[in-house]
Amino acid sequence: MSSDVRGESAALTGDASGTSARTGGGAQSPPPVRARRRGIGWAQRLEIVALSGPAILMFVGFVIVPVLMAGYYGFYRWKGFGVPTNFVGLDNYVTILKDSNFHEALWHNGQIVVLSLLLQGPIAIGLALLLNQRLRGQSVIRVLIFVPYVIAEVIVGTAWSLMLQTNGAVNDVLRSIGLGGLAEDWLANPKLAIWSLMFVLTWKYVGFAVILFLAGMQNIPEELSEAAAVDGASYWQTQRRITLPLLGPTIRIWAFLSIIGALQLFDLVYIIWGQYVASTAGTSTMATYMVVEGRNAANYGYGNAVAVVLFVISLFIALVYQRFVLRRDTDGALTGGQ
Amino acid sequence: MARKDSGYGNPVVYAAALMLIGVMLGPVIYIIVGGFRTNSQITTDPAGLPDPWVTGNYTDVLTGGTFWRQVGNSSIAALATTAGVVALGVMASYVLARYRFRGRGAMYALFAAGLMFPPTVAITPLYILIKNLGLVNTLPGVILPQIAFGLPTTVIILVPFLRAIPKEIEEAAAIDRCSRLGFFWRMVLPLSVPWLITVGILAFINSWNSYLLPLFILNDQESFTLPLGVQAFSSQYSVDTAKVLAFTSLSMIPALLFFSLFERRIVGGLTGAVKG
Repeated sequence: MSSDVRGESAALTGDASGTSARTGGGAQSPPPVRARRRGIGWAQRLEIVALSGPAILMFVGFVIVPVLMAGYYGFYRWKGFGVPTNFVGLDNYVTILKDSNFHEALWHNGQIVVLSLLLQGPIAIGLALLLNQRLRGQSVIRVLIFVPYVIAEVIVGTAWSLMLQTNGAVNDVLRSIGLGGLAEDWLANPKLAIWSLMFVLTWKYVGFAVILFLAGMQNIPEELSEAAAVDGASYWQTQRRITLPLLGPTIRIWAFLSIIGALQLFDLVYIIWGQYVASTAGTSTMATYMVVEGRNAANYGYGNAVAVVLFVISLFIALVYQRFVLRRDTDGALTGGQ
Repeated sequence: MARKDSGYGNPVVYAAALMLIGVMLGPVIYIIVGGFRTNSQITTDPAGLPDPWVTGNYTDVLTGGTFWRQVGNSSIAALATTAGVVALGVMASYVLARYRFRGRGAMYALFAAGLMFPPTVAITPLYILIKNLGLVNTLPGVILPQIAFGLPTTVIILVPFLRAIPKEIEEAAAIDRCSRLGFFWRMVLPLSVPWLITVGILAFINSWNSYLLPLFILNDQESFTLPLGVQAFSSQYSVDTAKVLAFTSLSMIPALLFFSLFERRIVGGLTGAVKG
């Protein structure tokens, strides 16, 4: 999932700031439906259909329809062959909501959402402040900090699972610098595994947050901090009173993307912990639960029901967040943006 | 360390920046350098340097057919996805940006809503759809959904840009008896090349790194893309760590190369989008 966040964030943020810029920031009301569509000729209609038709067909066919189909399949006990016939009503959903494995996965997702915000947010703000200073080679550092973000999840997962093994490089480094007592079983110990996961997630995704925050900081007019300096504000006062508040919209959009990504986390967990270990190590997520119980067990009806639950939870959180947090920044991607 | 002025050369800042680079690049270097070691070196000294450097792991991977077949599959999937996303995306964005018609807001909202849902939630039914289309174990089975899931990002990056093309240019073109489609073809496309490259690169890297979708759709070794290949390789040769490291670092090269060539476009595209 996470690799897709990359583009989305650009888009969302682009849309958000673009919208607020265009509307002067104050327009919260839904865009008025103007009565300006007088005289759309047939030629123009044809152009509209010809140009946008293929994209809409693809999008509806491969995104919307599958989501709707999940709602339908979710009511059946079905092995994935032929037409589903064994209608079981809400049984699948009852099973999901009663399954302690799902509860654990949900709890892990919750932890990952909160910890991602609490770890990556401050770290990224700190790094962005650091890189926002006059610094030789700043552009090189920016590129390097972004490298983990561009590397495939599979590669990141493979590399870290090798390094975090009991006899892996991490423990070896700890021993060689005299901290052998800290060497641990980072992956299998249920007390530690979630923190190992958080570490890898932070390593992989913090660069993206830094890039966003840096761009946001460079949008802040320099006159403001100059004026603060004239008034005798210290560096830290300036950052706390000027930079951070003005960075608010960027931070809120980043947090939104981070939450959605964390809710749907799959790749790294599945690659590092595999389908069996994740639940005992305490890193399973709703998405890994869905794949293990649905596809791997060939219970496609059940898997679809899990997908619906995941969808509803994500949608609920997304809408609440848009309604209460993003509202002042944008008209909301979901509400049309225009 | 509170300073009024950020200063030109605070050594603390440089030290922190160096540490940061070490943490970010350490694992990457570990993979690349680890591929030059032997398994016994890795067992006895997991974090050491190669002594001596061996190239056997890399040459083994490079001379075997598996790696190149997977590079081929990944390239086809990524190129086709990119072409599809850019072509369909720019056409739809043009309509959204420069036509006025009933339902435009709804159409925009449709794509924007797609942003919130990466393929994870749709993957199970998507697999069944692909199966019904008879596309399991084929690259089109991966490419078509990837195009669909790449469209929201593309549309939302492109629409503000296409809308910003001055009306005067369009009017001038109309005076020269250029139709709206002609304007799209002769003016809009050439003007938007930098943005098309940006969205194209995002689509390419997304496809190149994509894991979940190929995991569902491609079960046959012959059709594996690189991410699936890396995982298959690392479970097949789980005792041969050095070779796994070599395979992993080789499969990392294309994305890194692509990124270093187009870094300005990618970062600039992201930050440019933020600036609106």
